[in-house]
Amino acid sequence: MTLLRCRGLRKTYAGHVVLDGLDLTVDEHRVVALIGASGSGKSTLLRCLNLLEPLDDGTIELDGQDVSDPRVDPDRVRRRIGMVFQSYNLFPHLSVLDNITLAPVRVHGRSRAEAAAQARELLDRVGLAAKADDYPDRLSGGQQQRVAIVRALANSPRLMLLDEVTSALDPELVGEVLTLIRDLKAEGMTMVLATHEMAFAREVADEVCFLDGGWVVESGPPERVLGDPTEPRTRQFLHRIIEARRL
Amino acid sequence: MTLAPPHLPPSPHVPSEAQRRRAAYRRRQTVTSVLVAAASTAVLGTLLVVAVTGAPGWDRVRASFGDPAVARDALPEVLTGLWLNVRLLVCCAAGALLLGLLIALARTLRGPVFFPVRALAAGYTYTFRGLPLIIVLYLLTLGVPGLRLQGMPSVLVLGGLALVLTYGGYLAEVFRAGIESVHPSQLAAARSLGLTYRQTMRHVVLPQAVRRVAPPLLNDVVAMQKDVGLVSLAGPIDAVRAAQIATAETFNYTPYIVAGVLFVLLAIPLIAVTDAVTLRAARRQGRSAR
Ligand SMILES: Nc1ncnc2c1ncn2[C@@H]1O[C@H](COP(=O)(O)OP(=O)(O)O)[C@@H](O)[C@H]1O
Ligand SMILES: [Mg+2]
Repeated sequence: MTLLRCRGLRKTYAGHVVLDGLDLTVDEHRVVALIGASGSGKSTLLRCLNLLEPLDDGTIELDGQDVSDPRVDPDRVRRRIGMVFQSYNLFPHLSVLDNITLAPVRVHGRSRAEAAAQARELLDRVGLAAKADDYPDRLSGGQQQRVAIVRALANSPRLMLLDEVTSALDPELVGEVLTLIRDLKAEGMTMVLATHEMAFAREVADEVCFLDGGWVVESGPPERVLGDPTEPRTRQFLHRIIEARRL
Repeated sequence: MTLAPPHLPPSPHVPSEAQRRRAAYRRRQTVTSVLVAAASTAVLGTLLVVAVTGAPGWDRVRASFGDPAVARDALPEVLTGLWLNVRLLVCCAAGALLLGLLIALARTLRGPVFFPVRALAAGYTYTFRGLPLIIVLYLLTLGVPGLRLQGMPSVLVLGGLALVLTYGGYLAEVFRAGIESVHPSQLAAARSLGLTYRQTMRHVVLPQAVRRVAPPLLNDVVAMQKDVGLVSLAGPIDAVRAAQIATAETFNYTPYIVAGVLFVLLAIPLIAVTDAVTLRAARRQGRSAR
């Protein structure tokens, strides 16, 4: 079943075209990895999908509903989508537990006790039960990012958008976050993730999309797009990444 | 035959020779610093006392500014006046903080519907930050009663209103600076969770903003404490005005000293709170700047 379908997405910043008629379809329980050079519009696309940015053109359908229709309340749409940012963006004035329960209590109207119980259960699953009452600035980057993922999961989203969630982490902390994403895939969570971790994209993604010039230049199973790309631009990009690794 | 245990139990940490030498050095340094500070304070204090009490006019000044009998007589009236200052300060500070917050929030409202609200709030901060308190005070306490409207509030309330209006303009700008200092990524994170704009303001932006600007806000309240006495220009008798009346009766300035000392005593707890809050804010910043 198709969960997300975008057609002809266009987004400009002060005349600078970032997305130029982009199409993307994501089926339920599938993981789509967005790859592409820095500045190719991966973050912009994810922000548009979450209706955090107004579109200049195109449509976004979630669960068959056109959510880019101006009559749709974007707050109601965002409740169904979880988003995780490169820089974690935890709320520094709230404890880990309060970070996680904020939306369930305020948005979904759950009772505080019920939300806290669910949050503790989720924290326990990611091995952070002991950190529930700490403030974010006491946590390592990897721990903060796992809390940010849990915070998004607490809304029971239909779709998760992950924007380079390991890019700000020290190399030895990347693993713990990737393990969590692997677990999410195993549970059948639908995800769109922007990433620079090609090995991880190859392992976890069902489909890889290469963004360039404002649209998806090439997409398909990871083995093909990453192993044997047909588009010269994709080849060039992967080549540069391999070169950078060697340094 | 006994085998050595593979892992010795952890022994308590014994400071190394170098660490012990450093600690001893620091202790000696501390003792020296305290002694130097005490000696220099004593020398400076003695010099000051000698210079002031040795001045040719000292006896006359002491008689007209430090007469214990006059001080005792003036104290009850000055204290009554001070009670008015305290009440005014508490009410006006609360009012000005609330008004400032509302104005700051009004200026963040988006959308064409709110244009008049935004414009009004901006106009207010521009006007009242530029207008001297005395003029607002006279306009409200002398001008408004002249309208002879029904149910006119007392001069005291009008004077308090002048303070609230003037300080509200300053505090609004402090709040606005705090709101704008919260990084846009925090708003994005809150909105991505499905929080509405209002919920985002209430639960994410404002708590962080207020924490950040608490020190300057409290500092303005300390400044306000000195200005609440201006209400006496319109009639009500505050501590300074009470001291002025007592001085006029005795031709002795000691009541002003009494009022001054009381003001400082009143300000000390407020200033201490401000310093503590500032320190805590600085610590938190330091920690999150890691
Ligand atoms: N808020 C913004 N204002 C102006 N330009 C922006 C903004 N956000 C992104 N851009 C521009 O859009 C382009 C794509 O950025 P981004 O989506 O962050 O790329 P990526 O995530 O693939 O690195 C860049 O050229 C960037 O400068
Ligand atoms: Mg990006």
